[in-house]
Parts: sequence; C-alpha cells; structure tokens
Amino acid sequence: MSVRVEAPAAAGTEERIITVWQGRVRMRVVSKGRGPALVFFHGPWGLTWDPFLDQLAESFTVYAPDHPGTTPEAHDDVYHLDGLWDLVLCYDELLETLGIRNAAFVGHSFGGMVACEVAASYPDRVRRLAMIAPLGFWRDPDRIVNWMMLEPGALRAHIFRDPDGDAARRMFPRSDAQDAAATAARVRLMWAMGTTGKFIWPIPDKGLKKRIHRVKAPTLLVWGREDRLVPAVYADEFTRRIPGARVQMIDGAGHAPHLEQTTPVVGVLRDFLAQ
Amino acid sequence: MKISAFHLMPYRELPADFEQRYESVWVTPPWWELADARRVGQYYNWTLDELTYAAKCGFDGVCTNEHHQNAYGFMPSPNLMGSVLARATNGMDVAIVQMGATLPTSNPPLRVAEEYAMLDCISGGRLVAGLPLGSPMDVNLCYGITPMEHRERYREAVALTLKAWQAREIFSWNGRYFQLATVNLWPRPIQQPHPPVWIPGSGSISTFDFAVEHDVCYCFLSYSGARSAKTMMDGYWRVVAEKGRDANPYRAGFLQLVVVAENDARAEEKYARHVEYFYHKCLHVPAMWFSPPGNQDYRSLVATMSNPVRRAENPKNLRYRDFVEKGFVIAGSPATVRDRLKEEVIKSLRVGNLMVLLQIGSMPHELALENIELFGREVLPGLRGIWDDEGWVNHWWPERLRQRAVPMPAGVAAGGT
Repeated sequence: MSVRVEAPAAAGTEERIITVWQGRVRMRVVSKGRGPALVFFHGPWGLTWDPFLDQLAESFTVYAPDHPGTTPEAHDDVYHLDGLWDLVLCYDELLETLGIRNAAFVGHSFGGMVACEVAASYPDRVRRLAMIAPLGFWRDPDRIVNWMMLEPGALRAHIFRDPDGDAARRMFPRSDAQDAAATAARVRLMWAMGTTGKFIWPIPDKGLKKRIHRVKAPTLLVWGREDRLVPAVYADEFTRRIPGARVQMIDGAGHAPHLEQTTPVVGVLRDFLAQ
Repeated sequence: MKISAFHLMPYRELPADFEQRYESVWVTPPWWELADARRVGQYYNWTLDELTYAAKCGFDGVCTNEHHQNAYGFMPSPNLMGSVLARATNGMDVAIVQMGATLPTSNPPLRVAEEYAMLDCISGGRLVAGLPLGSPMDVNLCYGITPMEHRERYREAVALTLKAWQAREIFSWNGRYFQLATVNLWPRPIQQPHPPVWIPGSGSISTFDFAVEHDVCYCFLSYSGARSAKTMMDGYWRVVAEKGRDANPYRAGFLQLVVVAENDARAEEKYARHVEYFYHKCLHVPAMWFSPPGNQDYRSLVATMSNPVRRAENPKNLRYRDFVEKGFVIAGSPATVRDRLKEEVIKSLRVGNLMVLLQIGSMPHELALENIELFGREVLPGLRGIWDDEGWVNHWWPERLRQRAVPMPAGVAAGGT
C-alpha cells in the first residue's frame, strides 16, 4: 500500500504542519501571497491549490488549512474529534499557533459552514466573512441532495454547472483511468468526503441557527446561479440572520462558482475583502 | 454440521418492471405505490410458518435478521420474530439464531443485550446471538449513523453487551458513544458465560480480525456462492491460523441459496423465476450505497481503490442457469444439491455452521414449504455428519443442543406448545 495520495504542491506555496488538540491532530496549512491575512476553509472534496487561491494570493496572504484527516500521512487524526465543537476549537488553536489574531475568512460549501461556526464562536477572529455556497441550514422544501451517496458521474453534475468542463475535469479523474494518479485522486475525494461528512451526516444542520447571531464581521455570500447541490434559496437563511449581509449571484456556475468562474469570483471577493 | 434455515422476509409481489422504474429496493422504494399492509401481515405470518416448519423438518436452527426501509427483507425487529419462534419451538432441539439485531442502530445497545437475554430465557437457552455491524444502507442511510462512526460504535456496543451479560456487579459505562451510570441487566441469559456469538460479515478484513480476536463464529453472508467466497474464506482461515486459533470448522458460517426438486429439470421449472426475481429485484441497490465515504477506514479504502477486485458480475445480466452454474444458487435434485453443498461449500470453505436460504424472492408460501420439506428430508441427513470424524466441538452452538439426541431438560419448555 504505497500509493501516494497527496495533492501535488503548487508553485510558490509554502506548507507547514500545525499540530493541535494535545498533539493528536496534525493539520497542513498551505500558504502563499502578500498582504492581509486570508484563511480559506475548503469544501467536502478536499484542498487543492488552484488558480482561485493563486489569484487571491496576489492581494492577500492566503492560509489554506486541510480539514483534519485530509492532511497527508495524518489520515486517522480525525478520529480524535467527536463533533463540531471539537472541530471549531481545533481551528481556534490552529489560528493561535499561526499567530493570526484577526483575518478575512473565505469558505466553500462545508468550509463555508465551518468558517461561519468559527466566526460565531470567536467573533473577534474574523475581519470579514465571505462564504461561497455554504452549508449549515436545512429547509424541508429544498432538501439538499446527499452528495456522499452519488455515483461519480452524478456527483460531478451536482457540483458543476458544466460537468465536462475544465473545473470538473481538474477535480475528478477520468472514469476509465486506472493509473496511480487517478487512484490517488479517488482516494483523496472519498476520504475528504468521509472526514468532512463526519461533522454533518446525515443532515448538514448542526445548530448554526442558534449561534449565527454572534457573527460580527461584515458578511458576503457568493452563490452560483445554477447550484444544484445547495440551492441559492439558502442564501436567505444567512442574510436574514446576519445584519447587513449581502448576496452576490454568479452566472454560469453551479456549486463551485470559484472554480467555474474564477476571475469574476476573485474580483468580487477582492472588492469585498479589501474594504 | 449444524444447518439452519435462514429467512429474509422479502416482498414477494414487486411489479415486473420494478428495477426499471425505481431507484432502489432499499432506502427509497415507495411504500404506498408498492406495498399493502394486509398483504405484508400475511408475509410475516408465512415467514413464521415457514421457519417453524423448518424446525419441524429437522433443521438445527432458524435464522432471522434486521433490515430497514426495503422490500428485500424487512424484519426491522428480528427479535419480535425470534420471540415468536422461540415460543413456537419450545420442546424442539432447535436453535434460535438471531443474525441479528444490529447494535449500532439500537440506542442504547443495551436494548439488544436485554432482548437477547429474554430470548434465551424464553427458549430455555437455545439462543445464538448474532452481532452484526449492519449494512450501510440500514445504519448510515436509514438510521442516520455517521459512516465514520459506524464501526467504532459497533465495537463499543459489542464490548458493552458482553460485559452487561456477564458482570457480577453493577457497573458504570463511560464510553465514547454510550454513557450509562448503572448497568444491571435484567434478565441475564440462561447460557453461561453468555450465549454463543456469531458475527456476520461480507469479507472485510477488519471484521475477520475482530471475530478471531473475540473467538467467535464468523459468518460470511454471501449471495454469490462458494466459488467467489473461496479467496475470502481462505483469508479468514489464514487469520485464524496467524492468531493461533485452531482450525475448528465451527468457527465459520456461510449462507447459501438452495432450491431442491424431484430432479434438476423440475427445479428449473419450479424455481427459475423466483431466483431471478431475487437477483434482479431484491438486490437492486446503487453500488455507492454499499460504501459511503468514511465507512471504510483509510487503510481499507486505499486497498479497495488500488486493487479494484474485478467488479463482481452484474447479476441483472444473469439468468437462472447462470446462477446455478456459478453456484450463486445450488439447485436440482436432492443428490445434486447434497453433493454440491458438501464439496463446494462445506468442504471447500471449511464451514461447520451452514445457513440455507430456502424461501427466495417471490417464491410463494406453498412452494417454500415444499423446498423446506424436501431439503429437510432428502438433503440434510446426508450432510449432518460431515465433520464428525474430526471430533471438533461446536463451541458456537447452544450447549444443550450440541448433541441432538440429548433429551430436553424437564421443565424448561413447560407451556411451550
């Protein structure tokens, strides 16, 4: 069993392993850039240093931590965490260790929910909060499809507006590919879904509605107009609970607008976060 | 050999185009479109009658199991069925094999420990306590248990159950998933130190290890016959040897589908469509649902992804003769069935505790009774003595039933008929 399943390091990035939780949880943090600190919380499909983060790094010092369990060689560390409260405390310890007192938070999907939970628990840690299609709420009439139960083809079609586009092809290996890289990519995807799923199964509403009123930071929601996984109606759940929060819809995108419409999303975020 | 009759309690009248029209037989089949409660009441009663009949026909045990939200086999509470069977078979040398109530879906799992103890008391010490992990469809999808916590909960629940049966003193359980300040089980089982434990599985290495470490009977519940189980079971016996356990064939159980008729041709006439119904409709489940992300640990995930076992043949492309030829179903005259079971299953896999599924898919009640009767009369006697010459003791069978000739202790079955 010697398949290497780490994502390849991207040019110009730095990697550090931060150990939290009494030494039991190791979290890799990939960073790059100059300027004010920005923490990026990745979604259920793991962290990839992509053009989106690269463009953000032109204006900010981007810190992108791995969700516990998705750090290479530290897969089982996630078993030391029992629930969302443990996870939020881990992030507090991580930021403390990185020396980040106060930063812009950007989170996608599951990571958007985590960013919001950290912002509600530690309001002073967050300067501005931007969430891209975040999870965290549940509406019976607008049930969120359990992406963890979808076949790879259906999963692509739920994440991306164009399941055959470049962004989708970067996340998913070709279905017929059996080489080591494709295997590694499949393992990475499954394990990222499993380790993030641990905190939201079977319904991604874990009580954010009770805590979200504590968020103090100016807040922006970014949503793909054709999001088939977390419908854009969920933006209302955030805007009606966070005073002054506003929504930016992105045309030509599904659940990962920052991957399908990178330049417009980076532009929106840069404008919002630079204020 | 101990040979038990297994029952799934399937919906026997799904529409002909079921697998084209619906996403899955499990989790999402629409009750109101497909089922009728009065009819289902009839099925439950038929199931109980078929298993009771098996007991009368000389089978060593009767098996029920737990599944949820499906038309493939829906005894959400196997202990309700087991309770009826325990009562109905009092006075017979038949084990009540619960294969069984799933610990991760019972909260607290002490409920299973209690109900099994009740069954052991009602049956006069005839319980075999199956402790299954439960399928991902049942546990993760229907009952909402987080896939990554499934096995951890199970292991904690097994430890709690074993302790609750045996502890001489009241104890506290301060676990990760279960906290109970005062555990003092009423009733306790008759069998001491506790009823024999069987752990069913589908070939996962971590379940082999767990079963061997706990010195229990590992049962491979397969619908693909002995030939495709061979590698898996050889792996099990390797683990048994590595961990220093003896090669007692009663450490292994296996489930086999069987249909018997006067001759091979008649078997096809009578059973072909029911067998096809089972494989085409009752197993109609999206592949992803068997392994939700996080259910397999990282090591197993890498192993599975790196060496994708050539995807098992899609049973929807197979017909009756294929199923028989491949050994998914053992079918034919009593002689054919006896010989194939003996060589392909019992000897080849080294199995001491055989379970046979005799009501299959849409098979109607009368035909199921015929199959049970013929197996009991013409097949079972020829298999029972297979391991006798090696002199093994079946430690995983209720002690008072290990020798069938031993008469019932007086009083135990009082009022049982």
